[in-house]
Amino acid sequence: MKIIEPSGRTGPDIFPRMGAAFPFSAIVGQDEMKLALLCVAIDPSIGGVLIFGDRGTGKSTAIRALSALLPPSKVIAECRYGCDPARRASWCSECLARPARQQAITKSVPVPVVDMPLGATEDRVVGALNLEQALNSGVRSFEPGLLAQANRGFLYVDEVNLLEDHLVDLLIDVAASGENVVEREGLSVRHPARFVLVGSGNPEEGELRPQLLDRFGLSVEIRTPQDIALRVEVVRRRDQFEREPQAFMNTWRKHEQKQRREIVAARKRLAGVRVDDAALRWAAQLCMRVGTDGLRGELTLIRAARALAALHGRTAVGSEELVAMAPPALRHRLRRDPLDEAGSTLRIDRAIGEQGMALG
Amino acid sequence: MAEAQQVEEQRADQARQGEPRVDDARLAAAARAGDALLAAAVFALEPAAIGGVTVRTDRGAACERWLLLLHQLLDEAMPLRRLPPHIDDERLLGGTDLASTLASGRPVYARGLLAEADGGVILMSMAERVPARLAAVVAAALDSHSVAGAARQDTRPARFGLVALDSGQADEEHCPLVLAERLALHIDLHGVHPDDLLSAPIDRAALARARSHLGTIQVDAAAITALCSAAAACGIDSLRAPLLALRVARACAALDERDVLDDADLQSAARLVLGPRARVAPDAPASNEPPAESESPPESESQSDNQLPPASDSTPDADAPPPADAADEVDPQLIAAARATLPAGLLAGIALGDASLPRSTTAGRAGAAILKGRRGRPAGIRSGRPRHGSKLNIVATLRTAAPWQRLRRAQARAAAPRVIVRAEDFCVTWFRQRSETATLFVLDASGSSAMHRMAEVKGAVELLLAECYVRRDQVAVVAFRGRAAELVLPATRSLVRAKRSLAGLPGGGATPLASGLALAHQLADQLRRRGLAPLLVLLTDGQANIARDGSAGRARAHEDALLAARRLRAAAFKSLLIDTAPRPAPLARVLAEAMQARYLPLPYADARALAGAVQSAA
Repeated sequence: MKIIEPSGRTGPDIFPRMGAAFPFSAIVGQDEMKLALLCVAIDPSIGGVLIFGDRGTGKSTAIRALSALLPPSKVIAECRYGCDPARRASWCSECLARPARQQAITKSVPVPVVDMPLGATEDRVVGALNLEQALNSGVRSFEPGLLAQANRGFLYVDEVNLLEDHLVDLLIDVAASGENVVEREGLSVRHPARFVLVGSGNPEEGELRPQLLDRFGLSVEIRTPQDIALRVEVVRRRDQFEREPQAFMNTWRKHEQKQRREIVAARKRLAGVRVDDAALRWAAQLCMRVGTDGLRGELTLIRAARALAALHGRTAVGSEELVAMAPPALRHRLRRDPLDEAGSTLRIDRAIGEQGMALG
Repeated sequence: MAEAQQVEEQRADQARQGEPRVDDARLAAAARAGDALLAAAVFALEPAAIGGVTVRTDRGAACERWLLLLHQLLDEAMPLRRLPPHIDDERLLGGTDLASTLASGRPVYARGLLAEADGGVILMSMAERVPARLAAVVAAALDSHSVAGAARQDTRPARFGLVALDSGQADEEHCPLVLAERLALHIDLHGVHPDDLLSAPIDRAALARARSHLGTIQVDAAAITALCSAAAACGIDSLRAPLLALRVARACAALDERDVLDDADLQSAARLVLGPRARVAPDAPASNEPPAESESPPESESQSDNQLPPASDSTPDADAPPPADAADEVDPQLIAAARATLPAGLLAGIALGDASLPRSTTAGRAGAAILKGRRGRPAGIRSGRPRHGSKLNIVATLRTAAPWQRLRRAQARAAAPRVIVRAEDFCVTWFRQRSETATLFVLDASGSSAMHRMAEVKGAVELLLAECYVRRDQVAVVAFRGRAAELVLPATRSLVRAKRSLAGLPGGGATPLASGLALAHQLADQLRRRGLAPLLVLLTDGQANIARDGSAGRARAHEDALLAARRLRAAAFKSLLIDTAPRPAPLARVLAEAMQARYLPLPYADARALAGAVQSAA
């Protein structure tokens, strides 16, 4: 995320102490979380990712590592919302109104990973009247908020289950429509706000509203590794990173680059990945067996499996991908039965066991 | 468990013998004082890297003394800021500086307290009263070492250490976990004599030397393994704990101006960081919550420091090996060190079962009340004058006035102020006051009320929770059996937590109905003070045989119960009495009338019927 001082200056020279993020490929274990994040990076239409789990398991670390990992994206240089030069249909009204000459000027920027702090005001999230311009020249102009910043990137809400209700309502609305509509303070602005919503939290501190839960395509549950060797590795890498960040980044640069190439290749491959009838049928049967509400679960499962197949370098979705993505795609969609002691993951595993892994 | 009992017996023995116990207490307090001194030095060495200190204290002279000492150690140049629990976002994160904005006619942004403390220390008093959201915001700043302002996209550095003074008394009142988790050092000043904190263990000059030493300290894999194993043996899941312990060990070596970590450094780290976080007593048998262990550390040691395996090589914990013999791997000295600072009652807690351990509460108690009671959910900004139930929104007012300034200035006489605000510009923020409901189950867990009802009630509570989080409501459970009533589940919205608390709820014994009602009354009062609307759901057959003072006898017991019920009526709590007797008898009905509760005989109710009944009452 770019750091912008009120004066408009940018760059690391102002804040020399805020260094680079911990590299994604150096995160130990937590494969399901990493896989889920990679899948939505390959195909953002899967929807958001919800990460529920213990403290100190590296949730925030993984998400903050994404910006450095993902290949930079092309934007129209002048655009405040980072419109994609290649997709005219998704442009904001400002870009559409630009002279063609300006439309053609593009630049590469890192994928935004925007932190939405719990304390954010509605103004900050939605955007507000630009007070400076209003006071000085009497012009009503719109100052974009976090939703604008997150366009074509990730919006990260830590402790999402503690988010105030009116912000939750707002997120649900924008995440569903992909557009931020501002009608306040005499402003009438709409701009694209398509982002991958990533939420994390600890279920011990409160439940998530079902409407918001539904907006997340995938949900993962993470735990601290129980293996001492893994724990030691986590602590050692983190310690090394904190003490000698530059050396650590150099050690991991190759892995990061390899991971990035895989993502780029998978994105290219994605459109060509076939989903056979057998795979569709398997997904539908599984959803019926575990009793998910609505069709969204099925759709998400197929999309996630397709993204994973692309990542695996396959040309068709196979049972391996479906089985791997079924728990994250479905576990938060099961109808709650608090009297059933078995967790959602177990219920899905059981259903897969009953159904068999073979497609067809 | 056997171990814990042994310890309890030893303590009982000592108590019988009299004298040694006093000495023990004095020794323990002196040890705590020593830890407090060391903690101050470690923290002052590099506040931001250590994260901070939680100080359990009753805010007496010892605490003042410790703070003074810390102040002497911290660099004079370091900013020190006090953070009151009810600070507003604007002041915390930064925002529009109204005075300067009005004076200059252009928006001026002021730094918030978090950014002001950059490079220094924040002192948070009454950490146990800190609302969840504030705790989360401060925790995020501790993580990212920066703060995102509330007003626009400005991220500012905020690298600070936090001292959280926690003067909570009850189990449920303590520094929010989200913060405590990130603060390496946990010290306890209870019983510490201020004279034991007279002189700092180190002076500023030595501290500066130690600071320059920090970068050169070597840490080998064995030290990390030792800390990780010790943390696991203490039942600590979070990997922040061993990481912070490592930093503390390194700081201890630096304070000694050594280049290599030694055993004493690791032990200090175990005492200051791991012990207070322990969830199980380290070498207790693995019967309760088995400390996670494995047999693999030697493998990891064989890898050289720089050749790290790619992440995909590591497998998740799906098939973690069964707990191995902990004593073989975990450094016994570290365990002994950690045991010195176990949280009070942990040993006893294990003997009683897990449910009695202090559980995570996100926040102190005050925050919710103040937010809910005074303002509720902001329901939007409208133009209009401030009246009851709304508050002038100055920024919005300025925004409304802003576009007209040129025009108005042109019309105004010479001496016009920079910004001309007229009455029609006034904007107010409206707050919608929707009071949350807290359903308080008062559960007869005695033998007479038949233990089989317990399963139904547990089910009903869980069902209600599953439903009620849609409405953001809360559920609490009080149970009474034997001689007394106890709070089984403090008000919560968390299904996970409820399940765990209820799972361990025992049944059987006598029926202290009056005590149950009294505790319920007390709790309902608390809930009401926090801005919640309590709904009492009493599940009983109306039989009572233990009086308020704990003595047996039906007649007294009934009198007391009726008295308690009439008190509840006076407090005018909404209530529902569910008669659980197989053949509904007048007893429960009389009780319901006394407390003016809705009476509902449900002889064959299952969990779903119960949940339905409660929902229709709310």
